[in-house]
Amino acid sequence: MTATTSAPADFDVRKNDSLGLRVQHLLHANPVLGPLAVLIVAIIAFSIVNARFLTATNLSLVLQQVTVIATLALGQTLIILTAGIDLSAGAIAVFSSILMAEFATKAGMPGLIALLLGFACGTAMGAINGFLVTRIKLPPFIVTLGTLTIFFSLNSVVSNSETVRGTDMPGLMTWTGNSIPIGNFRLTYGSIIMLLLFAFFFYALGRTAWGKHVYATGDDTESARLAGIQTGRVLFSVYTVAGLLYAIGGWILIGRLASASPNVGVEYNLDSITAVVLGGTSLFGGRGSVIGTLIGALIVGVFRNGLQLGGVEVVWQGFAIGLLVLVAVSLDQWIRKVKT
Amino acid sequence: MTTAEGRHAAPQTVPEPRAADRTPVLQAKGLTKRYGRVVAINGSDLELYPGEILAVIGDNGAGKSSLIKALSGALVPDEGEIFLDGRQVRFRTPMDARAAGIETVYQTLAVAPGLDIADNLFLGREQRKPGPLGSVFRMLDKSHMRSEAKRHMSELGVATLQNIGQAVESLSGGQRQAVAVARSAAFGSKVVILDEPTAALGVKEGNRVLQLIRDVRDRGLPVILISHNMPHVFEIADRIHIQRLGRRATVVTPKSHSMSEAVAIMTGAAEPPPHTA
Repeated sequence: MTATTSAPADFDVRKNDSLGLRVQHLLHANPVLGPLAVLIVAIIAFSIVNARFLTATNLSLVLQQVTVIATLALGQTLIILTAGIDLSAGAIAVFSSILMAEFATKAGMPGLIALLLGFACGTAMGAINGFLVTRIKLPPFIVTLGTLTIFFSLNSVVSNSETVRGTDMPGLMTWTGNSIPIGNFRLTYGSIIMLLLFAFFFYALGRTAWGKHVYATGDDTESARLAGIQTGRVLFSVYTVAGLLYAIGGWILIGRLASASPNVGVEYNLDSITAVVLGGTSLFGGRGSVIGTLIGALIVGVFRNGLQLGGVEVVWQGFAIGLLVLVAVSLDQWIRKVKT
Repeated sequence: MTTAEGRHAAPQTVPEPRAADRTPVLQAKGLTKRYGRVVAINGSDLELYPGEILAVIGDNGAGKSSLIKALSGALVPDEGEIFLDGRQVRFRTPMDARAAGIETVYQTLAVAPGLDIADNLFLGREQRKPGPLGSVFRMLDKSHMRSEAKRHMSELGVATLQNIGQAVESLSGGQRQAVAVARSAAFGSKVVILDEPTAALGVKEGNRVLQLIRDVRDRGLPVILISHNMPHVFEIADRIHIQRLGRRATVVTPKSHSMSEAVAIMTGAAEPPPHTA
């Protein structure tokens, strides 16, 4: 076995010769660095442009604005980590919010029961996506394109296209909009729930076997299966859990709007994907983190808010976010090509 | 078998007169698998004895991979029997074979490139922390898995990897193979099956992996090696199972036959001799 002692020589590390390569390796090892840099630069730039940007009042507004999107993006992250995509995220959130509101008002249920039933409905909608993806083996894009349309359609039927006012609902339904003042900063319960959910999934993805299996499945499904992972079960769990997260997002949405409206949320589907992509999670699966997604959601919020304060029209805000997404995806492609 | 015993092994060995007198660790009898009218394997036998490296060679379509898949649970044969330590076993899934102690390193390696070495070693059989942290919070015992991973890697002489927390995608082909082989050696209690482990590697790394396979064998795990690389097969195998037309043509040893003779038997250019090993 003397041969084995010569092993170290064979496993030499190559030196990165150029700055570009070094940056590529750095981003490859720490994918959160890129989005974090963008967020910090954006905050500095906007606070120079408009002094009001960095005030506690404005920052709490930014956080409130991103809370719903961030919650949806959390579910979206789990799915994108498995190399899937969920176009129905916003539809599930809005439909769940309408269902809870209807349960609590027209059906006259107590707030807690209505809320839990709403969560159950969101979870079931996620499970339908999961079932179609894992059992019928349809591509996630097609599945969620179909369910997006179906859920929005049912949403209109159930709600009669009418908004349910928050004042007609039990207090629990709009509780997420209440806030704790910290100086001029108003931290809503919705934001606290959102941050706790991120902490929970940060732990679940990094420190549990389920998390490892999510990454392994997204990285290479066949390899994961051969390694003994029940990839179908992992995928199903991811879509189902995402459904629950969207429903919680729907609850937070009621608090944010102080009503349940069937006509909001069309843009939430794509915004949740935007946040995930900006956060450095790869659309090809197996790579990314929920911290990145939180940063990605904050980037969207900071840009929208900062451009608005800077007097940029709404239409051009979309333009800027779109550009950011393209840059982020190009960056991801480049990082993926890392040579070892 | 006597040649193999003489060269490699167990100190207490008295040269055995005939291989057939010993109990194989893994034995297949008359395995048959048909796909419609196509017969992938047709009454194929195989014996793997303790402490040996058995190479399986054969032309494309000879039924090598079907035979191996049957042994590793990846396909269920239509007919035939498999015995593990003399007891009949039936594998319906790769999980069944794994639970019985047969580990397979697939050609695709079945590693998750984005996860680190320790994660990959324990992929699919992660260990949780003891106590409520593990049972309630399902927390993985990262430090334990890392030290175990380190131990397994160093037992196979590959402890030199800089960092057990390094992502597998940052490793070379040979290093990845080493991770996959270490995983099979760590968890395989009876048999390790390696499918073309050197196919994608350069000369140097290929030799490293061959050494790794010897190490696995010397630690007491018999190995089945499927390979197209004749020099590698003749360098490392104790016995060579030649598969032809869906069944075993013969078994030779690197001493009894030359490489070109083995290839001739494999391709049908020469009549298979009776088993010499």
